[in-house]
Amino acid sequence: MRMITNLSNKLNSRYSLSLVIFVILFYAVLQVLMSCGIVNNYWQQIICYAGIMAISGLGLNLIYGFTGQFSLGHAAFFGIGAYTSAFIIKTAHFNNTFFLIIGLFAGGLLAGIIAFLIGLPILRLRSDYLGIATLGFGIIIKVIFDNADAVFPVLGGSRGMVGIPHLTNFAWVFVLVVLAVVILRNLINSAPGRAFISVREDEIASESVGVNTTKYKTLGFVIGSIYAGVAGGLYAHLYAFLHPQNFDFLKSIDVLLIVVLGGMASISGTIIAAVVWVLILEGLRVILPEAILDWRLVIYPLLLILIMIFRPGGIFSGKEFKFLQYQEKK
Amino acid sequence: MAYFLQQVINGLQLGSVYALIALGYTLVYGIIRLINFAHGDVFMVGAYLGFYAILRFKLPFPIALLFAMVGCAVIAIIIERLAYKPLRNAPRIACLITALGVSLFLENFCSLKFVFGPNYLAYPRPFPVVNFNIGPVTISNIQIIVFVVAICLMVLLELFVSKTKTGMAMRAVAFDKNTAQLMGINVDFIVSMTFGIGSALAGAGGVLYGIAYPQINPFMGIMPGLKAFVAAVLGGIGIIPGAMLGAGIMGLVEVLSSAYISSTMRDAIAFLVLLIVLIIKPAGLLGKSSIEKV
Repeated sequence: MRMITNLSNKLNSRYSLSLVIFVILFYAVLQVLMSCGIVNNYWQQIICYAGIMAISGLGLNLIYGFTGQFSLGHAAFFGIGAYTSAFIIKTAHFNNTFFLIIGLFAGGLLAGIIAFLIGLPILRLRSDYLGIATLGFGIIIKVIFDNADAVFPVLGGSRGMVGIPHLTNFAWVFVLVVLAVVILRNLINSAPGRAFISVREDEIASESVGVNTTKYKTLGFVIGSIYAGVAGGLYAHLYAFLHPQNFDFLKSIDVLLIVVLGGMASISGTIIAAVVWVLILEGLRVILPEAILDWRLVIYPLLLILIMIFRPGGIFSGKEFKFLQYQEKK
Repeated sequence: MAYFLQQVINGLQLGSVYALIALGYTLVYGIIRLINFAHGDVFMVGAYLGFYAILRFKLPFPIALLFAMVGCAVIAIIIERLAYKPLRNAPRIACLITALGVSLFLENFCSLKFVFGPNYLAYPRPFPVVNFNIGPVTISNIQIIVFVVAICLMVLLELFVSKTKTGMAMRAVAFDKNTAQLMGINVDFIVSMTFGIGSALAGAGGVLYGIAYPQINPFMGIMPGLKAFVAAVLGGIGIIPGAMLGAGIMGLVEVLSSAYISSTMRDAIAFLVLLIVLIIKPAGLLGKSSIEKV
């Protein structure tokens, strides 16, 4: 309910109307470019992938950037969402793109439930220990995916899951990215949002002024994992093929990179970084001549190191675009 | 019973290699609170240096081992100076991301064709394998070498850290960097030194891993690196005996679970042990949980 009041606050603000028009125009332009074939299928897929990484990154930013809980297991929740959604849609033969909502809902829900169950015991740990515990959890989940075919043959285990209906399109991704941004922006400007930030700044101090730290750490972790689960569902129906390798430790690192490069606790940063990160990885594939294509994965970590040395706070480091800032009612 | 004892020996062999890697993680973490993700890849470089020393330069095994250790130490010191030193006062996450960048760089740079190449290579055995039967169990000369080298290096490290003046400086920097600097300790030198020592141990670990499990590729460092780090956390990070204890447990759990339960589940079981230990003792087995005062 509070979320809806916040949303209406937002709609009253000065920027709102022009912002809504801008978002719709932005969508319309991209959609027209895609329909005319100026942006081909390959690039459409890449743009969708960038949006998916942005949603997943926003989730991790809530967990790490805003609530300060170091997580190295984000890809596990992404994978839980992907496999759940793919399993439901494939076994129920939902071949219409509107049914995607069922898969995404189930994926997000299961990711949230598992995050709650695992979060309660391990969120007691601090900083690096929490990182290692979530990393261990991520590897356990990956091994479970590898052996999942023993229980559910349709999941394919280490051979990978095939024949998933291809339902994700640009419209779905775009709407969900906008929704994710609006929800996160309003959440962090609400009372629970201030509680998240106070937990990040000083756990003991916020406990002493009456913030239930366990509750807010768990809440942040669960919501962030739901974001990952929904993003995973979109991913499953974008590529129509899932393999446990897609959800291993290195994929958790990719999301962490996006959050840190964009700037901790910055929504704008996460979105920009997700797009830039995907475009750089793919763009280098296009720019580099055939002979030094292998260098793509050498140049990319070097860029990473250089960005960290010259801008250790990330691109945005805590700042936001004007339209994402909270507008006090005058 | 014989089967069990045999598996325990195999587990301790794996644990010895993990211990050599885990010590590097623990030393570096103890001093600058950085999870040096590139450490597993330094281990990989060590394995390759040993490979070339044995196969191309035809060096005898002890010299090859030394060559790999010195090579890794030099590479790690260069990495520390170029990538980590500029970030000494940056947020810790920036250092962590840089470490990940260095890790990806080493993996992908080493897979380039003119460096090590992306393929699996068979590791040369510097001497024929001989098996000794002691009662019901079989132990190979490779295993004996792994144990002896690992134990010697660990004893040397322990002596170095506890008896020498540089070792004392290392402990001082780990305890309080600023005060150590006030006492006239050259902190930058100590940090580089720590990276060098830790990486030399990882290099030795790489060569031992190569002769014990004779197949190497540029991405071989990821999993052993992670497990060694987990071993260090399991024992209590920053504590040298803790790293050895944790590594022993990790090796045993991994080998015993693949012998008795399922080899595809062994990683899950190893990490499950970690989760349980962390939930019960959040600072690791030998770690002291400190009460935070406000």
